[in-house]
Amino acid sequence: MNNIFVYCETEKGKIADVSLELLTKGRELAKRLNCKLEAIVIGHRLSGIEKELYGYGADIVHLADDARLEPYSTLPHTSIVTGLFREEKPQIALFGASSLGRDLAPRVSSALKSGLTADCTSLEIGDHRDTKGNEYKDLLLQIRPAFGGNIIATIINPDHRPQMATVREGVMRKEKLAEAKTGEVNVLDVNKYVRDEDFVISIIDRHLEERKIDIKSAPIIVSGGYGVGSRENFDLLFELASVLGGEVGASRAAVDAGYADHARQVGQTGVTVRPKLYIACGISGQVQHTAGMQESAMIISINNDSNAPINQIADYSIVGDLSTVIPKMIKYYRANSK
Amino acid sequence: MTKPLKIVVLAKQVPDTRNVGKDAMTAEGTVNRAALPAIFNPEDLHALELALRLKDSNPGTTVNLLTMGPGRAADIIREGLFRGADGGILLTDRKFAGADTLATSYALSCAVRKLNPDLIVAGRQAIDGDTAQVGPQVAEKLDLPQITYVEEVLSYGNGEITVLRRLEHGVETVRGKLPLLLTVNASAPSCRPRNAKYLMKYKHAKTVSELQTQNADYTEFHRLRSYLNIPEWGVSDIDGEEEQFGLKGSPTKVKKVENVVFQVKESKKLSDADADVESLMKELIANHTIG
Repeated sequence: MNNIFVYCETEKGKIADVSLELLTKGRELAKRLNCKLEAIVIGHRLSGIEKELYGYGADIVHLADDARLEPYSTLPHTSIVTGLFREEKPQIALFGASSLGRDLAPRVSSALKSGLTADCTSLEIGDHRDTKGNEYKDLLLQIRPAFGGNIIATIINPDHRPQMATVREGVMRKEKLAEAKTGEVNVLDVNKYVRDEDFVISIIDRHLEERKIDIKSAPIIVSGGYGVGSRENFDLLFELASVLGGEVGASRAAVDAGYADHARQVGQTGVTVRPKLYIACGISGQVQHTAGMQESAMIISINNDSNAPINQIADYSIVGDLSTVIPKMIKYYRANSK
Repeated sequence: MTKPLKIVVLAKQVPDTRNVGKDAMTAEGTVNRAALPAIFNPEDLHALELALRLKDSNPGTTVNLLTMGPGRAADIIREGLFRGADGGILLTDRKFAGADTLATSYALSCAVRKLNPDLIVAGRQAIDGDTAQVGPQVAEKLDLPQITYVEEVLSYGNGEITVLRRLEHGVETVRGKLPLLLTVNASAPSCRPRNAKYLMKYKHAKTVSELQTQNADYTEFHRLRSYLNIPEWGVSDIDGEEEQFGLKGSPTKVKKVENVVFQVKESKKLSDADADVESLMKELIANHTIG
């Protein structure tokens, strides 16, 4: 009772990275709160999947295994999660801020009348005293940028349980336990939770695309913002990225302007990256963006504006035009690398 | 032949967070909403277009907007009328203030229940919060199925709708029986522009509150043209439990808001001169950051 639950997404027996990241975070929170970490997996042909979840710290794994439960569909998954939460009364429930998690979590929160905070960038445990003087111990502090990334808000759910939050893929670290541990499985009786009406939406066809652009695992990212000016000007960034063996990223403003594809978007509404080198070209540095790249090992900014906020987190800021600077970088690298 | 539909489009007036200027934040670090232009939430416009296309292909279909907000949010209804919607309702009451997504969804769902539509269409998310929660929560409160991230309606007939969903890593074709709720992605077709004929017809469309601040001559003008009246609904016009509205009905509370402050770290400033760029590249190669 009153443990931490993580909803784990699977696709053909493979657990989503975001779920493993949430388990890693969940076990840190569970340790702090001195409670257990529980995983819930809903799908088909799940036997054996618990072993990997134990490896990330799950103490109890709830399995709902039924041919009708894969691929994911909103209503049956909602019924199982809400039913289980009503019985188990978790204090915290975490979901990936993925297409799936952002479809499921609000539905669950509405059914349970508990609050949900979307796209958290940090989760902490802390106390709260409200204006009436009521004290709350050990609440989940859900921290997220708001208002297009111009403010950072700390959200709490003082009176409702579970305290629910979603987190985007890549925001939390994914780390296996150093030493293997085991746990227990709880096989759920699916028919106890789902209703026939839960299957009114039928999936006729499904095409999964392998992620073609993978900026998350690139060691070097050359990223462009609105200041790049056009889709054509991005070619220069592609050239530098290819010479250095990296990938091209973009800010939301650049993606919204049509200069780059959404798959390349770095930041709060894109992906979070931690490359060893991040070169920010024509990016002003709104939190919307920096939330997704500030943990890069080294940051170089190239910007005409010497007062651009990005310069405050950059290790090096080159004040100048990217059409001048980038060709010089390419030229020097070609001449001097092995 | 297909049956005409009753469609409700959920739309929100939002501050344009994409164009935040220097005066957007007050000295105390709070948002200065007055300094930001209020716009039609972008994905809600895609939702409106999806609804209008269903109206085009199914004669007799009606499209009504529902928006919740202060008096100025009547602009959203007018904007919808200019583009081809049949009407709209402004949900406005002080008791709705301070609502989080759950309390917002509750109020919207009470209003939708009164309108009793076959189909509810909303944008995936609003740019001021980026939560994508209100669509699914409204569906849950009405005990209706939801289909999120819709890009296109592939077919509608016999009370069934088939749509294409755009997911992070692919696409899905799904079919469902009406009534249900759709949320629409930015990858769906953009909204048609304002239509000159509708602009002329509806430019004087006003809520009662707006009329009260106007010249009395208009009262008679509006009485004769009922299509120019934008209904305003408050808490007493929708059946709901008062404790579920607004701040009281919001389980999430804001504990703290911080203006964004960068952690200043030691940053070396360089110029775009050859010597500066070359010494940087030399250092990056030497410490194996690149190469």
